[in-house]
Amino acid sequence: MKLLSKVYNFLVFGFLYAPIAVMIVYSFNSEKSRTNFGSFSFRWYQELFNDDIILKSLYVSLLVAVLSALAATLIGTLAAVGIDSMKAPLKRAYLMVNNIPVVNPDIVTAVSMMILFVFVITRINGLNMGFGTLLIAHITFNIPYVILSVLPKLRGMNSNIYDAALDLGCPPLKSFMKVVVPEILPGIITGFIMAFTLSLDDFVISYFNSGSTAQTLPVTIYSMTKRPYSPKINALSTLLFISVMLLLVVVNIRQSAGVKKDKKTIKKEVR
Amino acid sequence: MNKNGFGKKLVTAPYTLWMVIFVVVPIALVIYYAFTDADGGFTFENMTYIFEYGKTFLVSIELALISTAICLVMAYPVAYGISRFEARRQQTMIMLVMLPMWMNFLIRTYAWMTILEGNGLINRALRYFGSDGFGMINTEGAVVLGMVYNFLPYMILPIYTVLTKIDVSTIEAAKDLGAGRRNVFRRVLLPMSVPGIISGITMVFVPAVSTFVISKLLGGGKTFLIGDIIENYFLGNTGMINYNIGASLSLVLMVLILISMTVMNHFDKDAGEGEGVLVG
Repeated sequence: MKLLSKVYNFLVFGFLYAPIAVMIVYSFNSEKSRTNFGSFSFRWYQELFNDDIILKSLYVSLLVAVLSALAATLIGTLAAVGIDSMKAPLKRAYLMVNNIPVVNPDIVTAVSMMILFVFVITRINGLNMGFGTLLIAHITFNIPYVILSVLPKLRGMNSNIYDAALDLGCPPLKSFMKVVVPEILPGIITGFIMAFTLSLDDFVISYFNSGSTAQTLPVTIYSMTKRPYSPKINALSTLLFISVMLLLVVVNIRQSAGVKKDKKTIKKEVR
Repeated sequence: MNKNGFGKKLVTAPYTLWMVIFVVVPIALVIYYAFTDADGGFTFENMTYIFEYGKTFLVSIELALISTAICLVMAYPVAYGISRFEARRQQTMIMLVMLPMWMNFLIRTYAWMTILEGNGLINRALRYFGSDGFGMINTEGAVVLGMVYNFLPYMILPIYTVLTKIDVSTIEAAKDLGAGRRNVFRRVLLPMSVPGIISGITMVFVPAVSTFVISKLLGGGKTFLIGDIIENYFLGNTGMINYNIGASLSLVLMVLILISMTVMNHFDKDAGEGEGVLVG
């Protein structure tokens, strides 16, 4: 039984990693073939770093991830403080709306925002789909996750500390920054990292809302899969895999709980 | 924190405004578009397309259900196995489960194209052993494989989380009271892992039923899912674009997900009350 379970685990993990291993191996192929392995070379890595479209979309991806995560963290953290002090019926209404983008399939969220953007754009001259709509879309699907990671910290906080600071003559804003923010900081940081990674990973919502001027990396990868085979994708994937692995190892060593797991628990709680 | 009530309202204002404009209004627009024609007149005509694409809806649901079932059967033993390891080992294993999840799913799907292709690795291996090989790509099977591969970690993680919360002494108690291995599983482990299974099922089913990328890349334009149809009505060829029909299909998809989630939550509640599940 023990052996059986070991073999089974090995097979499942093999299934999870085999495609990634194949990609890594073929990223070093000197030939442009999915099956024949010529000799070991860095040819596709060189071509990758000379591909302006890929580099530009990587820049767009990083920029939109940083900006949308910052904006979502700011708007979300402030709102969480307000929502936390609301009375039950209003609070429930807020949380229900907050959950719409979390629960809806990506394609529905994407399509609904696209309809709004097109609706406005066709009525006002000079507007177009582009970086602006992309950023708005990303902020929109990021905010709920910030709320959901900050709210539990506020709930677990002793509100008397804040009142005590006020009673001792500390002005409200200063009390908030010195007393409340340090208490909920772990939630804020989790929310920010979650928003950043969600934004970086998103394809569907960017695909519908970016137009042709501001393509993110996943959108560019998608258009590459439609063209004839290019091992550049393998090289790119290998680099992404290695950076994710290094990041995970570092995070895992520094603290036991991963952010992605938090995200899953939040999704679970919501549903 | 109820002094400073005015400030509280003020800090929520940007959020309220944002969510109304970019979440509530768009959903309202989807409903509006679904029930109007190109000139803005009220019509039920878009809704009739549900019947035209009835088969596509059924295929989407069928493939998503098959994938969810395969994921569940594959994931449960793995999750259980991991939860029995010592803490340090568990952490490493869970990291290994999560690592592929952090790769973009386009890349994960693309990797399978290479393997399944007519000239791909599997067929070449088969030919090496004298078989003719067979057409794996561009079939429904390939689409299911892509779904299982992409969403398997989403099934393993919640089940694992629930299993680690089960007190080992509960299982020991069951054994002491004479329960065999099968009974321990059927009457203790399984009922207690229902919350994890439920969230695993939703986390696999929702993205699977609404995908259009996996079917495009691995189904090769032969297997059309409802996501493909919606994508076509919004971003397809110029002649094909019709937001009204697209919106009505999106609305149906949204309602479908809502219904299935309500049903799942109902199961969750039943288990929670009936079996006295300890997991919060």
